[in-house]
Amino acid sequence: MKKYESFPVSPVEKKRRRKRERQAALITSPYLLWMIIFTLIPMIFVVYYAFTDATGAFTINNVKGLLGLEKETQNVIQSGTFIRLDFVKIFWRSMWYGAVATVVCLLIAYPVAYFVSQMRENRQQIIITLVMLPMWMNFILRTYALMKMLEDTGIINTAFTKLGLPVIHMINTPFAVILGMVYNFLPYMVLPIYSVMSKMDYSLIEAAQDLGCNRMRVFTKVILPLSMGGVVSGITMVFVPSVSTFYISQKLGGGTNEMIGDVIERTFLTETNYNVGAAISLVLMILIFICMAVMNRFSEDESQGGSIIV
Amino acid sequence: MSETRNIIELKNIVVNYDGEPVLKGINLDIRDKEFVTLLGPSGCGKTTTLRIIGGFAEPDEGDIFFDGQRINDLPAYKRQVNTVFQRYALFPNLNVYDNIAFGLRINNVPKEEIPGRVSTALDFVDLAGYQKRKVHQLSGGQQQRVAIARAVINYPRVLLLDEPLGALDLKLRKEMQIELKKMQQQLNITFVYVTHDQEEALTMSDTVIVMDKGTIQQIGSPQDIYNEPKNAFVARFIGESNIVHGVMLADRLVSFMGREYECVDGGFEPNEPVDVVVRPEDIKIRQKNEGIMTGVVETVTFKGVHYEMIVNVSGVKWMIHSTKAAEVDAVIGMEITPEDIHIMKKSEYSEVKEVPFAENGGETEFEEV
Ligand SMILES: Nc1ncnc2c1ncn2[C@@H]1O[C@H](COP(=O)(O)OP(=O)(O)OP(=O)(O)O)[C@@H](O)[C@H]1O
Ligand SMILES: [Mg+2]
Repeated sequence: MKKYESFPVSPVEKKRRRKRERQAALITSPYLLWMIIFTLIPMIFVVYYAFTDATGAFTINNVKGLLGLEKETQNVIQSGTFIRLDFVKIFWRSMWYGAVATVVCLLIAYPVAYFVSQMRENRQQIIITLVMLPMWMNFILRTYALMKMLEDTGIINTAFTKLGLPVIHMINTPFAVILGMVYNFLPYMVLPIYSVMSKMDYSLIEAAQDLGCNRMRVFTKVILPLSMGGVVSGITMVFVPSVSTFYISQKLGGGTNEMIGDVIERTFLTETNYNVGAAISLVLMILIFICMAVMNRFSEDESQGGSIIV
Repeated sequence: MSETRNIIELKNIVVNYDGEPVLKGINLDIRDKEFVTLLGPSGCGKTTTLRIIGGFAEPDEGDIFFDGQRINDLPAYKRQVNTVFQRYALFPNLNVYDNIAFGLRINNVPKEEIPGRVSTALDFVDLAGYQKRKVHQLSGGQQQRVAIARAVINYPRVLLLDEPLGALDLKLRKEMQIELKKMQQQLNITFVYVTHDQEEALTMSDTVIVMDKGTIQQIGSPQDIYNEPKNAFVARFIGESNIVHGVMLADRLVSFMGREYECVDGGFEPNEPVDVVVRPEDIKIRQKNEGIMTGVVETVTFKGVHYEMIVNVSGVKWMIHSTKAAEVDAVIGMEITPEDIHIMKKSEYSEVKEVPFAENGGETEFEEV
């Protein structure tokens, strides 16, 4: 975000600003209402459930149990299936898978975005449309198709067998889950980075060359710092849905690579334990928030806006 | 310090964009430590010429030499040239200090040397104390000055400046002209300066290169360019001028406006059609029957230093600049010395190509610049 030094402001300007603010408030009010109904109130519910037990009495045991601080998990989680679950481990696994998927997406998307932005205008259009094309297909369908492809008897392994290669077991492995995330969320990494790159002022690159930068230096000194805004957006847009996904891990990870999204889904739908489900959601949300805040802090000096949060 | 050595030579440079010729065979020698200005109207190819020298554009034909070495294939970052870009091209993610220090850091200048040099550069462009400012917190003129500081701080052999004072107000512009000229002499390096402001070109340059439509029209000292314009384009573009059709009868004898006049030029074919140029300030107002022409004053406009008068001489309008105003409708005599009648060859810029005076009545150009 841009930070202006506070210049002295005249009374007329103050008045004008106040008027502009009023207008802005008016225009954004429907969105605000939407936010209150569908974001703020549900959040309050989440917090309420997370800190109450089945009887509605205040407790912090839900959260403590999740973090492994409360040894007597039985008191917290009434249902038998949950007792043996190591929440800390599942949290870590989710974070880890999400991080790996995000890094893989970044490694693929950044060069793609860069080279596409260097192409002729009409080619850029075509490639960006191709990048977005999968997004027009239903997410569940895509994941299901991927599952079918990765199976031991799926198209990939069938092809391998035909070629005389051994069957590679892929489905229900961490590899499959991360592949699913990369496959599904890659466009969300490409688009913001491409958008920043394609708007980059080419004369800045010339200025850097003029001042003695070779290609490598032009990249590290100009292109990279100026594209940080897009990178931050992309990371946010890939990391957050990756960490909290449940469908991908269910279909591609089998039961063995359960992620926190799966646990939340099961807690709410199968166990119908709203209190624990809310507590898990809350902890996940806070963890994601911390990750994003840390990343924003690191990229703040370099980025030129374009980041999504904070 | 030999003044005759060429630091940059352009040999028959041709550039086409989308099949359109932008530079049509530029031949140009720039001497070391010279202040050279490319002057011409918008779109004539000044920036393109500069980009060829800087290494940001490749010529379709022709060669570029730097210090006698052909540098067509030398990438921009290896050239001992720095550029002040027309649109500044400051790094938006860096503050003023880091923008200016950029080149020093890239070129591994010792760390302890950097702060001193940056503050000298900032002083030079009159922006002391702006180190911490972000680029977007600067006015257009301030950004332009940061761009100048960012380039000069590297002590390049050649500094390319693309309309570096374009965004400044008149007063600051004049100050910076003097400063830049002084700096060029102090640094003792070559400046290749682009402007479309003829006055700026005349005040600052050792050599002026007048361009139009991708072609060099004239190369010369400011005095040459002003006093001896090669064709009607140069005469019109540099200062204001009266241009009429004439015929060279013999050496030092020209006929225009239906009469013969003595002049100082020669070397034309007998009866060769020519353009005759007279600068408005070279015409002296005399009594009715004195001087070489007589006309009726149509308008008188006060221009500050002088009055500008439009005088009708048998149907042809002449412009006169004088500190003394004549009366509107007065009949005056006009005196022009033979030295002030300048003869130019006909060119594509001539208003009248072949038609003799008697049929056409001649044409006069008034060019407000
Ligand atoms: N990248 C480009 N692609 C196509 N045409 C170009 C390009 N750059 C310049 N031109 C054309 O080349 C011609 C010369 O441009 P140039 O920028 O050299 O003009 P200039 O003399 O610097 O003008 P100004 O005083 O307006 O800056 C113009 O007609 C312009 O439209
Ligand atoms: Mg230009």
